[in-house]
Amino acid sequence: MIAELGHFALILAFVTACLQTVVPLVGADRRWPGWMAFAEPAANVQFFLTVVAFAALTYAFVTSDFSLQLVVSNSHTDKPLLYKVTGVWGNHEGSMLLWVLIVTLFGAMAQWFGGNLPPTLRARILAVQGSIGAAFFAFILFTSNPFLRMDVAPFDGRDLNPLLQDPGLAFHPPFLYLGYVGLSMAFSFAIAALIEGRVDAAWGRWVRPWTLAAWMFLTIGIGLGSWWAYYELGWGGFWFWDPVENASFMPWLIAVALLHSSVVVEKRESLKSWTVLLAIIAFGFSLLGAFITRSGIITSVHAFATDPERGVFLLLIMGVFVGGGLTLFAARASVMEAKGVFGLVSRESALVANNVLLVVATFVVFIGTIWPLISEMLFDRKLSVGEPFFNQAFTPFMVILGLILPIGSMLPWKRARIGRTVRALWPALALALAVLALVWAIQSGRSALGPVGMMLGTWLVVGAVIDVLSRAGRGGNGRNRLARLARLPRSDWGKAVAHSGLGVTMAGVAGLLAWEMEDIRVVQTDESFDVGRYEITLRNVEQVQGPNYVSTMALVDVARGGNLITTLRPEKRVYPVAGQPTTEAAIDNGFLRDIYVVIGDPQQAGGWAMRVYIKPLANWIWGGSILMALGGFLSLSDRRYRVAAGSRKSSRLQGVPAE
Amino acid sequence: MRNILLILVLLAQPVYAVQPDEMLDDPALEARAREVSKDLRCLVCRNESIDDSNAELARDMRLLVRERIVEGDSNEEVKEFLVSRYGEYVLLKPRFGGSNWILWGAGPGMLLFAGIGGMLYLRSRSRAKAPGEASLSDDEAKRLEEIMNR
Repeated sequence: MIAELGHFALILAFVTACLQTVVPLVGADRRWPGWMAFAEPAANVQFFLTVVAFAALTYAFVTSDFSLQLVVSNSHTDKPLLYKVTGVWGNHEGSMLLWVLIVTLFGAMAQWFGGNLPPTLRARILAVQGSIGAAFFAFILFTSNPFLRMDVAPFDGRDLNPLLQDPGLAFHPPFLYLGYVGLSMAFSFAIAALIEGRVDAAWGRWVRPWTLAAWMFLTIGIGLGSWWAYYELGWGGFWFWDPVENASFMPWLIAVALLHSSVVVEKRESLKSWTVLLAIIAFGFSLLGAFITRSGIITSVHAFATDPERGVFLLLIMGVFVGGGLTLFAARASVMEAKGVFGLVSRESALVANNVLLVVATFVVFIGTIWPLISEMLFDRKLSVGEPFFNQAFTPFMVILGLILPIGSMLPWKRARIGRTVRALWPALALALAVLALVWAIQSGRSALGPVGMMLGTWLVVGAVIDVLSRAGRGGNGRNRLARLARLPRSDWGKAVAHSGLGVTMAGVAGLLAWEMEDIRVVQTDESFDVGRYEITLRNVEQVQGPNYVSTMALVDVARGGNLITTLRPEKRVYPVAGQPTTEAAIDNGFLRDIYVVIGDPQQAGGWAMRVYIKPLANWIWGGSILMALGGFLSLSDRRYRVAAGSRKSSRLQGVPAE
Repeated sequence: MRNILLILVLLAQPVYAVQPDEMLDDPALEARAREVSKDLRCLVCRNESIDDSNAELARDMRLLVRERIVEGDSNEEVKEFLVSRYGEYVLLKPRFGGSNWILWGAGPGMLLFAGIGGMLYLRSRSRAKAPGEASLSDDEAKRLEEIMNR
């Protein structure tokens, strides 16, 4: 009964989305206020109906309603409650429902916070957002209905893939989808502005918070996914350049480019058509991600069970939105002439360089991801493109980006002298070069990756600090400057925090890849051995019964210089219902290193296979991601970008120049 | 989210990547074997190197790599041997040459293209004459003000 209610709500939501697409568009074209205003209740109703559908599916999972096909294939009565709930989106159908839930949430949010938008623009934005909703509701209803019933309900379910039975599933997909789908707002703004025929500084200011929010969520989602892979997969890999990972990384890179180019639109009224194009492409990559994950056209470790019918449908959605968007862009791009004039050396130029590097880097990832397909189709060459290619072809762009970032972020707008900015940055430069020399000397003879990574990290972090300090001005005593620092706009802090986060992540990635230590061996109980400076002892191995699995758990002591640091409990689990094993690595997290222990199989001659890794700076990778997201959050909380600020604090905002 | 299903079909007892009994006694040779393994794809897996993979086939390939290294092949010769046996598909890093120049040239080529495009744009901006370049036009300033005050 409740499942049917959910199904019915979903159909109603589809109808509402269709109406929301058509009515406000006509209204905005004819200037009929009533028709335009229709978008607002429609967005709310659509969101509400989708919440009902999602709640109905969640209810079915929590109560283990095995008359639903989806619950049978992805749940089990013994499964802990957390995984019954997260199991809702641990499969294709449910995750699509989560996706549209977020589409409608963003639509509703545009309505809640969009009070200061001109009515025609708002109506058009909501109409475009409605059309995205309609497309995905149709996709769910016609190809991936989560509410299908079984003819005969079985006694119990087939359980969720054990690798997904992890708290990571609770957070990774929702954040990722908030990011993917958040980019649909930038898309809607771009399309609405193209229909409107007007892109100006105000538009730049309106679209920025949405892009910022989407980018922030995408950063958190990707970071969480990488961290999940790190501790779950059993050898501590954190990024595999897998097609599906690339599918999330490409929108992220484009979103970074979009964030930076929309600053130029807002402050300088240039790069307008380019920014609109980026907004279309960013959402295009989100759709490409959905297509890659769910069509099975490119084999990937993350792919959901795939189905050609779904692939075709998604390709159609992608074709309509990206193709339609680009056509509209081609027809209308000429109306957006640039206004700002600036010298060759200026903040504007630095941001153009940023965009060039990011877009080219995205293109490299894109072509590497689809090359196996193209090569096989056009050249009859069946080949693979994997990690070694991406490491070699992608990294140089990030290195160049890191090198120019601190300089570019401090260059003044319009006209600048590079010598002055570099002089301001000399402490960062000196420190970075000192770190380079020092690390080079210490590690003698190994790859350049470590020293270069450390240098870039220092350069970016110290550069960001100098940038903030320079904002406080030269004059006055210490206290004056401190007061000025405290009064800096939040977006200035956000910029510095996000940029230093990038530096921390770069240093972490380089450190981990360059200096990781690994030890694989057969160990008897109570045997000790050294890995680096640590002494590892296998104390004991025992069988433990979990709620829906059986575990082989080892007790491993880690000591340094005779002092016990910690006792780790790596596990190997077997989930009998799903018939799958998982490794649960035990990790001692540290600021400078992780100790990562995995227990393997028992050996015929006695003893256990064991792997121990020392992973230097591992946590810096995610620490940097957190800093980047925090920087996004700080900028988002800046008064000037608060979407509804105009309506509420009009008197205070009067003093803000329109820049 | 490695897809272990496929592997389960092939295996009764799962093994995890490089096992102690596979490893060579000479650490230098073993290090070379690891390096070569990272560039080779496990054929039945999804985008995993044989060094990371749990599949039985990956284990066979790892043993094969070590066999060739012990017999004195260079790293390149080992890869060559595996390509002759399994095809180009086995290489995770595509070779230069043939149609692959598109793949390898994509980054530098696009950088050149986009760099020139960017430079042209910057030059046009630095030479353009815009009235009231420092601010919005009166019209727009008024509009923005109006919107912010609403």
